[in-house]
Amino acid sequence: MSMSESTAARRPGQLFRNLNAKIASIPMILTALVIFVGGTLWTVLYSFTNSKLLPRLNFVGLDQYERLWSAPRWLTSIENLITYGVLSLIFSLTIGFLLAALLDQKIRFENAFRTIFLYPFALSFIVTGLVWQWILNPDFGVQHIVRSLGWESFVFNPLYDQDIVIYGILIAGLWQGTGLVMCLMLAGLRGIDEDIWKAARVDGIPMWKTYLFIVIPMMRPVFITTLVIIASGIVRLYDLVVAQTSGGPGHASEVPAKYVYDYMFAAQNLGQGFAASTMMLVTVGIIIVPWAYLEFGRRR
Amino acid sequence: MRYRLYRAVLATSAALFAIAPASATDLEVTHWWTSGGEAAAVAEFAKAFDATGNKWVDGAIAGGGNTARPVMISRITGGDPMAATQFNHGRQAEELVEAGLMRDLTDLATKEKWAEIVRPKSLLDGCTLDGKIYCAPINIHSWQWLWLSNKAFADAGVPVPKNWDEFVAAAPALEKAGKIPLAIGGQPWQNSGAFNVLIPAIAGKDVFLKVYQDKDATVAAGPEMAKVFKAADDARKMAAKSNIQDWNQATNLVITGQAGGQIMGDWAQGEFQVAGQVAGKDYTCLPGLGVNELISTDGDAFYFPKLEDEEKSKAQEVLASTMLNPQVQVAFNLKKGSVPVRGDVDLAAANDCMKKGLDILAKGNVIPAVNQLNTEDTNNQLNDLFVEFFKTPSLTPEEAQKRYVAIIEAAD
Repeated sequence: MSMSESTAARRPGQLFRNLNAKIASIPMILTALVIFVGGTLWTVLYSFTNSKLLPRLNFVGLDQYERLWSAPRWLTSIENLITYGVLSLIFSLTIGFLLAALLDQKIRFENAFRTIFLYPFALSFIVTGLVWQWILNPDFGVQHIVRSLGWESFVFNPLYDQDIVIYGILIAGLWQGTGLVMCLMLAGLRGIDEDIWKAARVDGIPMWKTYLFIVIPMMRPVFITTLVIIASGIVRLYDLVVAQTSGGPGHASEVPAKYVYDYMFAAQNLGQGFAASTMMLVTVGIIIVPWAYLEFGRRR
Repeated sequence: MRYRLYRAVLATSAALFAIAPASATDLEVTHWWTSGGEAAAVAEFAKAFDATGNKWVDGAIAGGGNTARPVMISRITGGDPMAATQFNHGRQAEELVEAGLMRDLTDLATKEKWAEIVRPKSLLDGCTLDGKIYCAPINIHSWQWLWLSNKAFADAGVPVPKNWDEFVAAAPALEKAGKIPLAIGGQPWQNSGAFNVLIPAIAGKDVFLKVYQDKDATVAAGPEMAKVFKAADDARKMAAKSNIQDWNQATNLVITGQAGGQIMGDWAQGEFQVAGQVAGKDYTCLPGLGVNELISTDGDAFYFPKLEDEEKSKAQEVLASTMLNPQVQVAFNLKKGSVPVRGDVDLAAANDCMKKGLDILAKGNVIPAVNQLNTEDTNNQLNDLFVEFFKTPSLTPEEAQKRYVAIIEAAD
């Protein structure tokens, strides 16, 4: 009896404890609720309508989704996103970690190397895209240079070949993003206690085994942060494609975010754009929900 | 020190405000005219409008209509309208007008008798909704032109073709001489545009109208359209090597003789003019691809969003009337390579190609613009289909036609 009375008395106290911080976070809570959650719900709702240039509530059921999934361009976009996503995840993590591990060997000029590797990250995707558009252009870039060195039959024009254009975009994406991954990894490596290295050395464990079986498992939080950053970059891939290829040749390098933009604004068909963005949300959900369940559900 | 600076700024701004009502009204005008010929043409408008004592604030948006229109539309719907904006004739601004975001120009139009001076009549119809006029048509462009480089054909040692079939036949010779037979940029609208030009040229006016006006799927699936797809197949083989994006880059290939020809609207003519080329001598133009001499009445119109500011609203009327002024019409259209919307102006300065266009227009061999018949949604689906078709050799004409029929069936 006295037990429940005391909790009831404490509850309002808990609500008002740390009041300043709670008041300060009200704007952010409102923003999150109204703009993010509200905007998302609004988008999902209107994806079931035939809204054209302006939104209107004229429900047409699943028509927009049927059209979406029968559009060859959307299917190519999804395929491209999967290819780009998987490869970009694998490569940026591997290359980033390798670079960080190399930099961690107490080399000279570490600061200079770190700056060089991180520099591309300071450029926007548009600039990155334009730079790589020129580098990969067969008439001005790599192909031209190699040919003028004497290898006349050399062919390297990924941006003009439908089958490999997505790899041309991947190269630019990796160039831009790997530096950041490297820095995060390096920070993680520096966080590993020196004693652990000493202990491993005393036990005679080779360096690569120490990295693989001791250091990497200890760096789990860093890997998760990195994963989230890379993954969000993959889903919103848009500007890089626009700058490098505008989705061409043909549709070969289209991505979902570009489909959403083009249908919402250029084609004046909001319903179709909303349906596509809802599908993007669903895809993200399919990946995030099981992961979050595993990650946070287990601790209970 | 800071205080003094602050006061100085205040004083200047007060002075500015004091002058403002007496001086010119600034109007921001948005458009997507950024290539050489286009920029020269729009400068004529700016000059004429500045001469009325107002000020033209140029709001050019680079990247073509597909990039510019979303910017314009989101500014208008987002409550930050410009004073005037370009759209193409047709259904692009339909919903903005229906939503009451555009200004009604009927009074000005009646006063200046637009109904009498604007020809063909269909142009003003495109601006009219429920008997009210919402835009000022300013030029007539037609898509149905084939531009040929005389130099490229001379280099290849074949005579300049007189129609599409001769052009296709000349392609191997051009290729042998190291030329790209047909230049088409990677922008999706160029690919669907070229196809839409092939329809009236190969299959004729009736088929064109049945497919786009009546949205008749049986005709779209029929043998006449199959022939058009066959021609498009030829076109994509001829264009296989053109690694460029923008339409004016493609035109530039024709101007420099690196490409045999280009299917493009008569706005390409502005580029030839800027490059100092002479029609008939340096380049040849074939309206309707030299097969069916039909031209469409595409073109540009200016819309005036509703504004709160009364001064600006007044200046909007001045701008609209300036744009339709006979001298301005001639100056603008000569630079732009388009035909004036007024039938009562003197076009002695027009070049050979423009005169051909005027002739066809006078004979009444016109077809409505695709933009007037299709919604942007349908056009975008066509863009998607044809950019894929032109760049993917493995997509057969038969398969493409099937997808085309599905788009026409679903169109409204």
